[in-house]
Order: sequence, then C-alpha cells, then structure tokens
Amino acid sequence: MAKLKVALYWAASCGGCDIATLAIGEKILKLAEAADIVFWPVGLDFKYADVEKMPDKSIDACLFNGAIRTSENEHVAKLLRAKSKIMIAYGSCAYEGCIPGLSNFYNRQLTFERAYIETPTTDNPEKIFPQTKVKVPEGELELPEFYDTVKTLAQTVDVDYFVPGCPPEEKTTWLALEALVTGKLPPKGTVISHAVKAVCDECPRKKEEKKIKKFYRPYEIVPDPERCLLEQGLLCYGVATRGGCGALCPQANMPCTGCYGPVEGVIDQGAHFLSALSSIIDSNDPEEIQKIIDDIPDPAGTFYRYSLPDSLLRRARTK
Amino acid sequence: MDNFEPKIVAFCCNWCSYAGADLAGTSRIQYSPNIRVIRVMCSGRVNPLFVLKALSIGADGVLVLGCHPGDCHYIEGNYKTMRRIPLLKKMLKQLGIEGERVRLEWVSASEGAKFAEVTNSFTQSIRNLGPNTLGNLKQNSKEAKHG
Repeated sequence: MAKLKVALYWAASCGGCDIATLAIGEKILKLAEAADIVFWPVGLDFKYADVEKMPDKSIDACLFNGAIRTSENEHVAKLLRAKSKIMIAYGSCAYEGCIPGLSNFYNRQLTFERAYIETPTTDNPEKIFPQTKVKVPEGELELPEFYDTVKTLAQTVDVDYFVPGCPPEEKTTWLALEALVTGKLPPKGTVISHAVKAVCDECPRKKEEKKIKKFYRPYEIVPDPERCLLEQGLLCYGVATRGGCGALCPQANMPCTGCYGPVEGVIDQGAHFLSALSSIIDSNDPEEIQKIIDDIPDPAGTFYRYSLPDSLLRRARTK
Repeated sequence: MDNFEPKIVAFCCNWCSYAGADLAGTSRIQYSPNIRVIRVMCSGRVNPLFVLKALSIGADGVLVLGCHPGDCHYIEGNYKTMRRIPLLKKMLKQLGIEGERVRLEWVSASEGAKFAEVTNSFTQSIRNLGPNTLGNLKQNSKEAKHG
C-alpha cells in the first residue's frame, strides 16, 4: 500500500493541538510507517506555495486545528480543503471556535482597542492598529485581514470529521488516526470520540440528588473528593459535555469546563447546560432563585467557553 | 421605526396557558395579533434553546406562558421554567440582547383576559424596544468581514 499523505495546519489556536498530536507517544512511529507528512508549519519547513503546487485531492487527510480568525486562516482552510480528500476539524477551536471564539463577545474594533491600547503593558500613543497594507521603502507589504467574527472550520469549508477537545486527549487523537491508517472511516460528519454520552457517564464520583442552594467558584471551597462536583455547587459542565476524555478534570478535583463539546444530538451546548444547571436550583421562590443565580458571575462566558462561534447566536450583538 | 410590527413567539403550555388562549378566543377578547402561538406540553419543555432559536431566526420577542406555581400538570415543570428564564435573561444581556425580549408569565385555563392583557402589554414593550437585529446576524457577520 502506498503511504498516506497527511497535512497538519494551525489557524487561530494556541499550539496545544499540535503538541497533542505528538502526545500519542510511540504510536507516532506507527503513524510514520503508514503516512508521510507533507505539510506541517509547526514541525516542518514547507511553504504555502508548496501546497499550492500539489494537485487537487492529492493529500489523503488534513488535520486542521484552530479557528478562522483572519483572511490567512480562511485562505489556507480553502486551499487545504481543495488539496485534501478528508478534512478533519482537529480540536475544539476548529470544531467549535473555542477560546479564540470568545472574542465574538466583542468585535474587531473592541478587540483592537483592548489589545493595542488598553492593556497595561501597551505603550501606543499614536494608536497604531494592524493594517492590511503598509508602505515601506522596499514597496507595499500585505498583512492578513483580521475579521470581525471568529468562525469555525465547518462554517468556512466542508468538513468530514470532528475531533473534540482542548486539546484532544491522546486516545481520542489515536482513534482518529487509527481510522485513517486502517481505512475504517466512520460516516461523514462524525465527531470522533470514544463516547457519545456525557462526561458524567465516565466520572467515578458519587452522584446523588442534584439540588443546589448556592453556586461556588473553584477557589471558594475545597470539594469533597468523592462526591459529584455539581452537587457541591461547582459549575461542573460534565452533564452537558461529550465524554471520551475519561473525566480527567473532575478526577483532579476541578470541574469539567466543557471542552469536548456537546453530547450527540445537541446543537447548542451552552443552552443545554443552562437548562440542566438552572433546573437543579433548589428553590421555588423567584427572589431566592435570583440570588442563587447572582452567584454565577459570567453565565455566557461559562456556558459558551468553547462553543460561542458554533452556537445558535454565533456571537454577541455589539454596538 | 414607525410601522414596526413585532414578531412574537409565544410558547403556551397545553394544560393552562393554551387553554387560556382558547378562552380568550371563545370569549371574543381582542388581543394583539403579533403573537405566534406554539403549543408545548409544559412550560418546562421550553428548552432555552427554543428561545435562542426563535431570537436567532427573527423573532423580536419570546413569551413563555405556563401554569401558575403549584398548578403544574407535571407537578414541578413550571418551577424548572421559573429557574431557567432568569438565568437565560442574564446570559442574553451578556450577548447584547435585551432581557426584556423574553418574558415568563403564568396564565391559567380560566384567565382568557390575562392572556390578552399579557399579549398586549408584551407586544407594546417590544414595540418600544424596536426590532431584534439578530435575525440578520448571519448576513451581518459576512458583511462585517469585509467592512
């Protein structure tokens, strides 16, 4: 069998997904036996021009991590889509927008003002913002355009598979790579993970009745190591998050934050969690309910931590 | 906008509020024609997702109507709604959507007049608030990209 040709790319991401690809450990040797990496900006010195020269559909699979934030991200997403037989949104950013997607609470102007003027360590008296074109003595330079709204990969190009996680766990990554290497591919559109059920299904903590009088933030209490974190008033996102990670965070006494995305069949993870969370508030008195809710300082940011661009609303309305 | 007629989605529970709407009709009480009633078995069936979906495809306001506390056909479905809507409103505000676009009211099967009154007052408050621009969001984000 001829070796597979695989491309890896990062768009608006932190680099953690590329590290997660390496985290498969010695299995990388199995991958190297089966596949040649033809493009990987983090690890290998190929240029965009090299990809442009490749015939269409000549790459067998592309693992694309990162959200679509700039015109460069979009350009390369379209380029790699054209050159690849299989496009995989790898990691939460490409799948749902993730942390870069939180800037959808703002717009380009507000983001620029924050990043280039307001931050305490910035000294920018002339208020210089990034420009798409700059004239220098040698000629005109172009920079990618910074978009108003962060998009997911699937909102930009046709995507075949999704690998969840921020970053994806080693076993999830291998599940996807193994499918590629063995050619046993799931139906198009599959979110590749070991679980279709919620994180709670894998979480060993004791679960009893969920009734909450007060919500806490992780620093405010020392949680009981045995009992369900949500029942102790921590905003544990496990009830509304796809499993497959092995419930690692709750086992380390930290509430799940939702990085594996919605469970199968759910289209808006934030609304799903809001629904589950608010219905276990232990009060039938509107005033007391309001007080309990006041303990959640940032519901939108908590519920859409990983999925604002992929949510029904996609972004906040800004003036 | 002078001739702005709000589009309002009203989720009515089968056992109380939908019957209340029926009573308003059979009693020939006139009320604002801006609402589109969707019958649900219980106000507790109204996933916040339904409200977001309505707002994202062009509703200017969403009414959630259920049985009075203590009257729920399913014992405690409306208590769940009572807890969800305030949190949903708090979240909507962060997303730049006025909390007033969503209202929860209790309307029993005998309260045809209250159904009409709630509908009228909500329609008026949405009229004052103006159109919800979220319905155009998808186009907006595309335009904004090049803007």
